[in-house]
Order: sequence, then C-alpha cells, then structure tokens
Amino acid sequence: MKIVVPIKQVPEVSEVRMNEETGTLIRDGVPSIMNPFDEFAVEAAIQLKEAHGGEVTIITMGPPQAKDVLLKALAMGGDKAVHLTDPAFAGADTWATAFTLSEYIKTMDFDLVICGKQAIDGDTAQVGPELAELLGVPQICYVRKIEISEDEKHITVHRETDEGYEVVKAKLPALLTAIKGLNEPRLPNIMGIMKAKQKPYEEVNAETLGTELQLLGLDGSPTMVRRVYPPEKKKGGIIVDGEDAAAAVKQLVGFLTKKGAI
Amino acid sequence: MKLLYDRDTCTGCMLCPNVCNFGAIEKDGDKVKFDMDKCVYCGSCEEICPVDAIHIERRAFDKSKVLEYHDVWVFCETNEGRLRSVALELITEGRVLADALGEKLIAVIIGNEIEHHTDTLIHQGADKVIVVDDKMFADYTTDAYTIAMTSLIAPRKPAVVLFGATGNGRDLAPRVAARMGVGCTADCTGLEIDDERQLVQTRPAFGGNVIAEIITPARRPQISTVRPNVFKPSEPDTSRTGEVEKADIKISPVQVRTRVLEKVREAVEGMKSVEEADIIVCSGRGIKDPANLELPKQLADLLDAAIGGSRPIVDLGWLPPTQQVGQSGRTVCPKLYFALGISGQIQHIVGMRTADTIIAINKDPEAPIFSVADFGIVGDIFTIVPELISEIKRVLDAR
Repeated sequence: MKIVVPIKQVPEVSEVRMNEETGTLIRDGVPSIMNPFDEFAVEAAIQLKEAHGGEVTIITMGPPQAKDVLLKALAMGGDKAVHLTDPAFAGADTWATAFTLSEYIKTMDFDLVICGKQAIDGDTAQVGPELAELLGVPQICYVRKIEISEDEKHITVHRETDEGYEVVKAKLPALLTAIKGLNEPRLPNIMGIMKAKQKPYEEVNAETLGTELQLLGLDGSPTMVRRVYPPEKKKGGIIVDGEDAAAAVKQLVGFLTKKGAI
Repeated sequence: MKLLYDRDTCTGCMLCPNVCNFGAIEKDGDKVKFDMDKCVYCGSCEEICPVDAIHIERRAFDKSKVLEYHDVWVFCETNEGRLRSVALELITEGRVLADALGEKLIAVIIGNEIEHHTDTLIHQGADKVIVVDDKMFADYTTDAYTIAMTSLIAPRKPAVVLFGATGNGRDLAPRVAARMGVGCTADCTGLEIDDERQLVQTRPAFGGNVIAEIITPARRPQISTVRPNVFKPSEPDTSRTGEVEKADIKISPVQVRTRVLEKVREAVEGMKSVEEADIIVCSGRGIKDPANLELPKQLADLLDAAIGGSRPIVDLGWLPPTQQVGQSGRTVCPKLYFALGISGQIQHIVGMRTADTIIAINKDPEAPIFSVADFGIVGDIFTIVPELISEIKRVLDAR
C-alpha cells in the first residue's frame, strides 16, 4: 500500500486573538501544533502499513517552520516527507491549497490518500474533497473505521453520518478524511524522533513544482478574504447562586420566557 | 473555458459519450468528437476518462462572464425521502438574496420519491423547483450527486448556490466547486449582497475568535455551505405558486465509485440530531453516571430538544459520537443551549459559542462555561435540574 497523508501545521486556536485596533491576528507566542484531525490520518496510515506493508508519505504545504509537524509525523512512523514551501504558496484558499497539493501528489504512485476531516484553524473540511476531485479519485469523508480487502484493491469504511454511520465500499485509489474515533494516535518515542531526522525529506518550491505562478497562493485563490474582525463580545451574563434552588430556577425560567426561548 | 481533447491519447473506450448529459460527444471513427455548441463544460467526461485524454481548462475565467450568471439556487437536502430542515432555512435566506439581486430563487431537490416536497419549497419562497428523482439518488453518494449538480449548474449558470453545512452538504459542495473550478466558502453564518452584486459570505474562523468576510470576485457560481439553525424559516405562504421542472440526469453506474452497503442508526430512537435541533440539552462530566442521563432526557423531552454530550462522556460511551458537541464532535448553533455539569474547556466552547442563548448550570463558580453563558446558576445539577423541569412544566401548563 502506498499511502499519502497531507497534514497541516495549525496554531493552537484557543490562543489566537485579534488586535482590535489593527484588525490583524495576534499569532506571536501562540504555539503551533499538528492539526489534531491529521494525527488520526497519520496513525491510520501507519497502522495500514504495519498490517499490509508499503510506504507512508507525509506532505504539507506551509512555511519553513512547518517542518516541525513533518518531523513529528516521521517520528510517529511515516517513511518520507515532502514539504511544499515557497512564498508563492502563501495566502492560498482551500482550492489553491488543494491544487498545489494535487500538483505534487499526482506525480506519485498512490493507493490511498488520508486527510484529517478539517483543520482546526479554518474549520472548512474542504481541502479533502477538493483534492479528491483534482486527483480524479473518489472521496469518503468522516471515516472512523478502515478495512482493506485481501487483494488490496478495495476499501470498506465506516463513514459517520448525522444518525450513525454507513458502511461504504470503494475501489482504490481513493481519498478518505479521518475523524475522532478512527484510532488513538501514538506519541513519537525517542527512537522514532532520532530516526525521523534520517528519513528522506524533500523540499519543493514553486519552480520545482513546475506550475504557473498565477494558479498558486493568493493569486490562484477563487475566494478572497475581504475583512476580518473580532466577534461581538457577549455582554456579561447573569450568574445567580443556586443555594436557593427554587428562587434561582424561577429567575431562570422568567429569563427564558422573557426571551421567548421557551 | 476551453476543452482540450488529446486524440492520440484517447483509446476509443467510448465511456465519455455515455456519460455526457448534453449529447455533446459522439463517435468519430474509432475515437470521439465534441460538439462545442452543446458542451457546457460540466466535467463529467473529464472525470470518467481513464487515460486523461480530456482536459477542461477552467483557469482563464473571463471576469466579464460573471454577468452571464443569474439567480440564486438552494440545494435542498433530503434524507430517506425526508426534507431536511436546513433546506427551508436556506430557501428563506435565499429569497432575501434573490430579491436583493432582483432575480429568481430556484430550489434544487435530489433524491428518490421526493417530488411531493415541491409545494413546500414553493410555499417557502422558491420561484421554481428543479426535481431530480431517481432510484440512483436514494442513497447519498458524492459521485452521483456531484454529477447531478454540475449537470444542472453548467448550462443554467446560477450566480449563487447554497448548500446546508450538514455532513453531506460539506462533502458535496466543495466537490462540485472543484469540478467547476470555482471557490467554495464553508460554514457561513451570514450572507449578503453588496453594491457590486457580489455575495458576501461571513463565517467564523480560529475557533470563533475571528469573523471573516469572504467574496468570490471573478468566478461564478459563488458556492457556500451555510450552518443549520442560523436562519429562521419564514411562515409558509400556501397561496404562492411556482414552476416545477423535472430534470433527467443520465448517470452510468461506473461513474459512481462508492457503494453504500449498509446504514446503521446509532442515535437512540427519537434522539434528535444536535446539528438540526432548535434546543440542545448537553451534559458533561458532572452527570457522573450514565443512569443519571435520565435527568437531561426528561428536560429534553419537555422542550422537544436534542440530547448532547461533551467529549468526556462520549469517550466513555455514555452517548453516541453523533451527539458530541465541540471541536472533535459537532459544531452547533441552536436557539437555546443548556450546559449541564460542563466545565467549558475551550474545545467545547468553540463548538457551541454561537448558540443564541446559553444556560449553564455547574457547581464550580470558576468554571469557564460561565464566561459564555447568558444565564448561569452556580449549583448542583441534581437539585437544580429537577426543580427546572417542574417549573417549566408549570409555566407551559399555565399557557
């Protein structure tokens, strides 16, 4: 099995704030992590390799410091890393991101692409489906169980739905997006971390990718962020002491009735 | 847009004439030829070609072409024949957008035995309903639904296409957008038409710490997925009339590359989906024992609410994953949200902070959930909630 896992380095979103005067994001001092949904994807790929043999390639598009998440995925057990990095890739929306990834992945020989369901910074869940379309393979999103057929030509997965799950079968190659419940991602151990530094690590820029610049990054993005602003601050809520339960509840029900909420 | 056909690469397999919904491809000797007057660049032939002999060049989108696109479309999702509530919300909002543009609002409904919903959609505000009704669409599959949507969109050229940001909506919309080479904006919570007749799409990012306004300057259609429960459906007007168009979409079984073998319901019978519910009663670690979930269930029954759980209690298996609210579960925005015994870790808060009204009940006065609550009671859920149930009963009975 040749498996490709596209991952993303994201800021710890709970710590991202806005500078309300300049309208820009304050990223200084905010730690960067591997997108948590991508950890499920990396783990799934490694488990499939352990069961069926093969090779796991981890790929990311991001600034030089995104190397950290590639090294982590290699330390977990990935075999090689591809780092698409160039100022020309910056400002990409989901389509331009998927396009840039697809330009590299389509040159590879692969059976399966596993993405995380979504990245926790943008929360769009769009790169997976867009990448599947650009690679010309079927997609199965929100996967929490994976089985490979004996001849390794088909895949059967549990796809989460709003009511439960569907059992879905597809012929390989295909693209899956991983959700919580698929597995428990392993922590890299010392051996893994040492070995990671020796594993193949390829850096690819716009020139080596060989794609027209106008299709990349901000220029290649169909959508454009016109304005960002902080959300309206919630006005201080009412907090009451529940020592006298009856009185507190009366006040709450009065509040709900007045709001027309019940 | 340009269609590039590499006759030398073509093997003459004849898959593409069979998948073209527009009769634009015919046999030409041992290869094929294209009738460019009929071709709408829907992408079906490009997708099916096993040797990549067909390529549609969509990149050079001519900005003046933007003016050729008219009308607002709403993809109306069905589930086993049932119309999902988000469809009515989007028809209501779509009506506002269509009126702002002075154009038509068109509902698109795809499924099996779903034609009886057309009146509902017209009464809700649609000027026209396009119906695709076939056994092929009984189960949702990305491939069949993508072909249906792109085959409808490509020749009719809508300016805006809205999808509900449900599981399937978020699977389908980006795939349709990518096939047509246009943008897609996920999980919108606000939509508006600006002075330049562009769709301004508002959405939260970075866990709700930031709100972004997104536009699609030079490509059409403008495609968005919209969160359920953000827009309130208007009162249906049963005197409204509208047009119904039945569209036949030709799909070959080889074009549908995934097969649904089985559907498993996990949500306990009668348990409403947290994404669609107006009211959610959500429990956290403070519930202590799965047997105690009876208490929130009673409150939920009384209010016709959905039952939700925070990550710890779903991880313990006390509620199915479909009911988990928070970053690793579902993002919800109901009218009313009860957080019972939930401390309010940031991962939970990002999944529910957009609820209209948040009620928190927790023993710990320092619990972060109180910082987002509109009304909080510092107290034990096992004394407060039974009291709350009887007080709500009393008020409802008195009405």
